[in-house]
Amino acid sequence: MSLLEIKNISKRFGGLQAVKDVSFSVRKGSIKAVIGPNGAGKTTLFNLVSGFLYPDVGAIIYQGVPINGKDPYEIAGYGLSRTFQHIKLFAHMTALENVMVGCHVRSRAGFLAGMLNLPWARREEQEIRDKAHAMMDLLGIAHLSGAEALSLSYGQQRAVELARALASSPTMLLLDEPAAGLNMRETADVAKLIARVRDLGITVLIVEHDMSLVMDISDEIVVLSYGEKIADDVPRAVQTNPEVVRVYLGEDDA
Amino acid sequence: MKTRRFIPILTLVAVVILVQLVTQVVAKEFYLTQLTMTAYYSLIVIGLCLLMGFAGQISLGHAGFFAIGGYTSAVLTTLDLSTFKDAVFVALLTKLRILTDRQDLYGHALVSVHPWAACIVAALLALVISWAIGIPVLKLKGHYLAMATLGFGIIIYSIVLGTQRFGAADGISGVPPFPLLPGISVSGGSSLRVLNYYFAWLLVTAAMILLVNLIHSRVGRALRAIHGAEDASNAMGVDTARYKLSTFMLSAVLAAIAGVFLTHFNGGIGPSEASIIKSVRYVAIVAVGGMGSLWGTLIMSVVLNFFSLRGYFGTFDDAVFGSILILIMLFAPDGIIGSDLRKLIGKLNPKSQMANNK
Repeated sequence: MSLLEIKNISKRFGGLQAVKDVSFSVRKGSIKAVIGPNGAGKTTLFNLVSGFLYPDVGAIIYQGVPINGKDPYEIAGYGLSRTFQHIKLFAHMTALENVMVGCHVRSRAGFLAGMLNLPWARREEQEIRDKAHAMMDLLGIAHLSGAEALSLSYGQQRAVELARALASSPTMLLLDEPAAGLNMRETADVAKLIARVRDLGITVLIVEHDMSLVMDISDEIVVLSYGEKIADDVPRAVQTNPEVVRVYLGEDDA
Repeated sequence: MKTRRFIPILTLVAVVILVQLVTQVVAKEFYLTQLTMTAYYSLIVIGLCLLMGFAGQISLGHAGFFAIGGYTSAVLTTLDLSTFKDAVFVALLTKLRILTDRQDLYGHALVSVHPWAACIVAALLALVISWAIGIPVLKLKGHYLAMATLGFGIIIYSIVLGTQRFGAADGISGVPPFPLLPGISVSGGSSLRVLNYYFAWLLVTAAMILLVNLIHSRVGRALRAIHGAEDASNAMGVDTARYKLSTFMLSAVLAAIAGVFLTHFNGGIGPSEASIIKSVRYVAIVAVGGMGSLWGTLIMSVVLNFFSLRGYFGTFDDAVFGSILILIMLFAPDGIIGSDLRKLIGKLNPKSQMANNK
């Protein structure tokens, strides 16, 4: 059963066709990866799904509801939570506070409840705090909770970002190049984390430049080249797909 | 945890009472007049601090909202509808106590809007205008937002300066007292000086309690997240446009309410209250108080407004605030309420980490 369905979406920036008539679906409980060389349209596709861009044509259906044309905060409300290729943590806030913002979408105290410090809002605030602690525990970064987020190492920041995304209790996690800027050991750690996320029952859509990360953990892989889908299959089949080999190794390769 | 948040509040209350007692003992009660005015100006500045320091949105037009509050109240309470006294709707509104009979300074009988009704209209008007202005303007960022709000401030200034009904360059005088309880009103009479001082600071204390609660709530965290990384906060489910707009409207209403009460206290309002230099002054105070520190902003607001109102800066008044803004931006972008003091405040309140790491 597919959780997310992408139907014939296209996106053009002036003269550049960034994404061209791409369709695929993501099965519930699976890890699906989108790979491709630089400039293949991966990040554009990702921004289309998460609401940062609107498709020119086509539809994005999540749990039977069209979400194309909705704003990012609305899409977060549907249970899709994302991370960023260039980590975007909140400056001047601790790691814990960053993760607590992740709970925003699943809580409801507004301006009035906050200003009046109503009892139910205080209880909700405590639940948010507990949930954030639990998420940091889960990812093994509980000891970082009091540190200012931007003072952490790159790998730690990735983990905080992931905890923040998980704190929103997503049904689907969108990971934008989670291995970017990490060394091999850190990449392996990230792979383990992603597998653990899937074991929590959360579907994962991952955009990645690095083949080695996705080959091990993905259930299915979509390959993009110049904005078009050239393959959509299990990792083994993708690896031997002549079109994919040509794109990755170059056509002049003898 | 919760009681610690209120230690600074209790300190504020204690200081307010102490200052009043000291002025009484040393027979300098006339200081209370400037301290009352300072309280109303502080109301604008702490609202602006929420907008600038927490939501990260600048406004160079807040004197405009102050003027909207003050002028609305001044116009409505100095109206004379006595010629329409027999009209059905005037009689009805009088019965509802929205209109009221009173005498002006020269003993003429007038029928004008009751100050309470005028205050409500002023606050609603500020809400509506800040909503209408905020929707397009808050889509802008950085310099563009500053320019757009500056433009709004200039428009309001031009309107009050150029409209006969608003008294043009003279402003509006003869604004009646604002009745609070029988025998107690917001007005400049020296017999009511102490009461007015306490009422003004009661308003500031109430506003501080509400705002301090807000910044420690889910909404306050979302506002700081918008400041920290706007698109990431949007991706985490924060309706950034709505939160920025609500904060803008909240700070506009605070400014308008300050305008209403200061106008009744002074007995009038003039166009200088709407001038751009006033808006710049408010921004300067937020900057010098350390953006993102409500208490630092309040402390600096009291010091600077009081000195300014006592005339210590003389003819250099506006230049002082301009210079402060330049110096702060150059040498102490985090404000001059030192990080030590803010750490201390942070220690009193372990939940407020922002005071330390700003």
